Amino acid sequence: MAAEDLPSEFDVVILGTGLVESVVAAACSRVGQRVLHLDRRSYYAANWASFTFNGLLSWIQQQQDDTQPEETQDWCDLLEEGEELIQLSSQSSIRNLQVFTYTSKEDEVEEASADSVNTTEEEQHGPASQDDDSNQENLENHENQEENKENQVNHENQEENKENQVNQENQEENQENHENQEVNHESQEATITEGAEPEAEQPQSPAIPSQSEPSRKKISFAQLEKEGRRFNIDLVSKLMYSRGSLVELLIKSNVSRYAEFKKVSRILTYRNGEVEQVPCTRADVFASRQLSVVEKRKLMRFLTSCIEEKDDQSAYNGRPYLEFLRDQKLGENLQHFLLYSIAMVTEDTPTEVGLASTRNFLRCLGRYGNTPFLFPLYGLGEIPQCFCRMCAVFGGIYCLRHSLRCLLLDTATNRCKAVIDSRGQRISCSHVLLEENYVHERKNVATPPRFLSRAVLITDSSLHGSDSEQEVSMVTIPPITEGAPAVKMVELSSSTMTCMSGTYLVHLNCSSVSSAYQDLSPLITTMFSTPESHDQGRPSVLWCLYFNMEDGSAMEVEGHDLPSNVYVCSGPDGELGHEHAITQAELIFHKILPEEDFCPPAPNPEDILYDGGSAPSSGPEEEPSLQLEV
Amino acid sequence: MHGRVKVKSTAQQEEEKRKEREKKLKIYIAARDGCFTKRKEGVFDDEALQLTQQLLSSNPDFATLWNYRREILMHLETVKEVDEVQKIYEAELLFLESCLKVNPKSYGSWHHRSWVSARLPRPDWARELSLCDRCLSLDDRNFHCWDYRRMVVKMFNVPVDQELKFTDRLIGSNFSNYSSWHYRSTLLPLLHTTASELPPMQAESPKSNRVCEEQLLKEYELVQNAFFTDPNDQSAWFYYRWLLGRELEEMISCLHVSREEEQVAVVFSRPVNVQSGCLLLVLDGQPHAVEWKSIHPRFKHSPVWICNLPPGTISEISNEHNLTVHWTEKHSRKDCTLFTGHAESWCQDSATDQELFRSELSVEKNSVLQSELQSVQQLQELEPLNKWCLLTLILLMRALDPLSYEKEMLAHFQTLKEVDSMRSAYYSDLCSKFMIENTILKMEYAEVRVFSVSDKNLSTLCHLDQLVLVTHINLSCNQLLCLPPQFAMLRCLEVLEADNNSIGNLEGLYHLPKLEAVILKDNKIATLADLEPLTSCPRLKRLDLRGNPVTQLANVESELAKLLPSVLDLLL
Repeated sequence: MAAEDLPSEFDVVILGTGLVESVVAAACSRVGQRVLHLDRRSYYAANWASFTFNGLLSWIQQQQDDTQPEETQDWCDLLEEGEELIQLSSQSSIRNLQVFTYTSKEDEVEEASADSVNTTEEEQHGPASQDDDSNQENLENHENQEENKENQVNHENQEENKENQVNQENQEENQENHENQEVNHESQEATITEGAEPEAEQPQSPAIPSQSEPSRKKISFAQLEKEGRRFNIDLVSKLMYSRGSLVELLIKSNVSRYAEFKKVSRILTYRNGEVEQVPCTRADVFASRQLSVVEKRKLMRFLTSCIEEKDDQSAYNGRPYLEFLRDQKLGENLQHFLLYSIAMVTEDTPTEVGLASTRNFLRCLGRYGNTPFLFPLYGLGEIPQCFCRMCAVFGGIYCLRHSLRCLLLDTATNRCKAVIDSRGQRISCSHVLLEENYVHERKNVATPPRFLSRAVLITDSSLHGSDSEQEVSMVTIPPITEGAPAVKMVELSSSTMTCMSGTYLVHLNCSSVSSAYQDLSPLITTMFSTPESHDQGRPSVLWCLYFNMEDGSAMEVEGHDLPSNVYVCSGPDGELGHEHAITQAELIFHKILPEEDFCPPAPNPEDILYDGGSAPSSGPEEEPSLQLEV
Repeated sequence: MHGRVKVKSTAQQEEEKRKEREKKLKIYIAARDGCFTKRKEGVFDDEALQLTQQLLSSNPDFATLWNYRREILMHLETVKEVDEVQKIYEAELLFLESCLKVNPKSYGSWHHRSWVSARLPRPDWARELSLCDRCLSLDDRNFHCWDYRRMVVKMFNVPVDQELKFTDRLIGSNFSNYSSWHYRSTLLPLLHTTASELPPMQAESPKSNRVCEEQLLKEYELVQNAFFTDPNDQSAWFYYRWLLGRELEEMISCLHVSREEEQVAVVFSRPVNVQSGCLLLVLDGQPHAVEWKSIHPRFKHSPVWICNLPPGTISEISNEHNLTVHWTEKHSRKDCTLFTGHAESWCQDSATDQELFRSELSVEKNSVLQSELQSVQQLQELEPLNKWCLLTLILLMRALDPLSYEKEMLAHFQTLKEVDSMRSAYYSDLCSKFMIENTILKMEYAEVRVFSVSDKNLSTLCHLDQLVLVTHINLSCNQLLCLPPQFAMLRCLEVLEADNNSIGNLEGLYHLPKLEAVILKDNKIATLADLEPLTSCPRLKRLDLRGNPVTQLANVESELAKLLPSVLDLLL
């Protein structure tokens, strides 16, 4: 939409197209509010977005370049009597970005050893930051990277294989030309990364060619780029609980008609160095080969009594769930499955919490499939966009690459009367929603932000083979060492339309203990085959990305020294489901419109009466409440 | 409120829908009438095919139209080339798929599909099989599909092991499915033959229905996984019962001849109807045409049949006679010699030798049964109140050693009646049956003709065919309500004691040639009519009716004297 002639008055102005913002936008628009929905980015869904492979590479680039100084313009001429300016500036919530490519740049010749041409590239940079010091740092960073390139050239010269060298150099050029990508060498690992621990203990030579690969032909980086459109790589790693608030909302509001879903086909866990399937349905338990018949009975009985809530477990309140499980005489196998894979909690989680999440898991089982989870085709980034679409269908106006510069505060009422957008237009409004990145500097310094550690891998095979190559797996991984975080992993096959055929897209997520690399790389090294790992026969990592993202779960909706009609929408949280975001969206909606219904079912297009020019544009759509890809 | 989307009211929507429906109905009726007219005129053209297709795709349960369609197709067969016919039928199959999507349980569609498949010049059975698989994956209990699939499997000669894998898959995805388990039970006996040449499905069922040992052990494991996972699911327990079970051999188990009555009684291992002349009686080398009667006019099928020999044939006490009865149908025979000076003679297979009462369960090796018992006991410890588990436990104990497990069996029956009170009468009857079996075994060990089961809480009588030779029976202090018609099988009975029951019906005391004394103290005999059957017992001399309501009737004594003149010793 052309931005020049935006209407000058809206009911709700929303900055940021994350899930919370998009749900509120749809809900407001649905009940007749005039909604202006903006995002400074060129894509939808903010930190909830999905990217093609090439899109992700540019995103990585953008994260690095996101340093454009705020043009501090004086907007005072737009001020009216009794108004005050609140400047808005955003800060990225992504840290410690690191990229490793473990596959060859170009297609290999059949007999060439895969590793002789492996390169490891790594990108590190400090986040765009508002203070001068960090700009300085950034500059240093660039310098370092220049040096690195030189190093690399030297290194390449030492390579004996000329062909490979040419390939690599070509690739290098490509990158320089197209993406202006800085390439660090492993020897320069310790370049500055803000927010990360000193990295002395990191492996110093990850790219030593140590193994001879089996004859299976690896997918090259060039192929990944060529097939980049097949990928839809999410920034968040979540699944949809079949009876979770997101699924219920999608159904209730008819937003589900805009998306299709895939059943998560199995739950896996990592235990004693092996990946095992977790039996969680009756059929799984029946077919399980790991469990004895007595264990089968005990497990089924525990699950049944859990869902029936017949027995009173209040005696265990406050005591660890693990203790409760032990007292049920469930044995090691079952305790592991129940604690880590079904309740998905840790050893010291209190019993009442453990039981509640076990029940939640069980309630979600069997609604759509054999696991409690669904995954949207084309990635989770589809979901905010579906809500945006609903908002637009009911008249909401959308502008990307369009931001707000400041809020205009009515000093008398402490309410925001209007906003000034990035083009200097003054827009009156009754309510404003901001994504959390705009209130960073207003955050309470006493509680430093918490982070999530994320890793995204492209691998060449599944962690746990089965008859089908199209399994979608949830993998629960208990802490591998004491103090390490419990990791939730999702392995997506190409049937989810998130990766090219022949590859798997693996998302890892945990609460940060330190940097994403430090939190997750030891696990990846043991579970997958990378140049650092020793074990063979595991899925090979072709490419991987590490980053930390701010954990949105602690973000307050109100306060932050902001006017009372300005609400802050938090970014993604670390939980597997979407409860936090949906609950928050509903809360914000009811603060704006206390009397209104939250996302009532959208009428069928043929039932809508159009009068005059205000007809909402919507195609003929007639689909079942939730579309499942079988 | 501004800016809201205006939506049609419910009334508007209803009105639109109504009009829509009316329109549809008009089209439908026109097409239907068109079809009927064409059929009446004997038109078998493409247009008719089109019209019926239109109608059937919206309503696949219109049998007349399917019939018409078949008439058209059969007509086309006569006028078109084979290749064209093939094409027409292939199109028909596609059309049927769309019908099955409308109603996956339409009788008409499935029937038409099997008709088309059978007529297709070059059928593609693999495709049909995958259609069935798809259909069953959507609803694994669609019996139409199961039926059709059986037909396809037969036509396609699918090997047994492949079909067994198919049931593996179905049971794996949902083990609460009788169809899958049952199908498995039909496949396993076919696997018996050597693995190298598995018979195709259409092969005649082999002579022996036994499942080979190795496979059985696998099956036990499979079914245990099912009932440990969900002990409340019946399908697995029923399959387990089948696995443990065996088929009864069909044969003549007993032959009895009485000189005085000049009567022969034949006992079969199961109820049969022998009126069709399949039973041949040979006396001293001479076939005799005799008339076989079941022991009670109520039974067309009975395990006991009797015949009267022509008067004088064997009545001379000094003669020895050789008697043979052939059951021609089953190649079973029984011989017996009536020696000089003997009033009767018999030949009987003992219940003990035959392990007759283990027939509920198989003659598996004891070790296998023992280990099965252990696993079920293990489950019972985890689920002490599970009725299927208790019941199976009882059956396994009976298969192993009915007499030594008697006490445990009774305790389990008690629990069963408590946890499943809706079926307590069933459990009482079953328990009675087992107690009678035990008593028969004890009687055989003792080598007597006296059968005594007093004070055992019997609620019903059974296995009476095993008591043909019994002369004295004591049923006192039980909860019997009647002496059923089967009681007439006790051909040698002389004395009946049945004090302290609730008997109000004596239907089974019917033509018992030797019955002399009937002791029925403290029962529920209320009318003279209840005593009517006794008139058929010629030798009845002693009758004890004390404590029965009938004794309160006016003139009961004289009425009884009139009714039963042979009774000399009457206690009221």
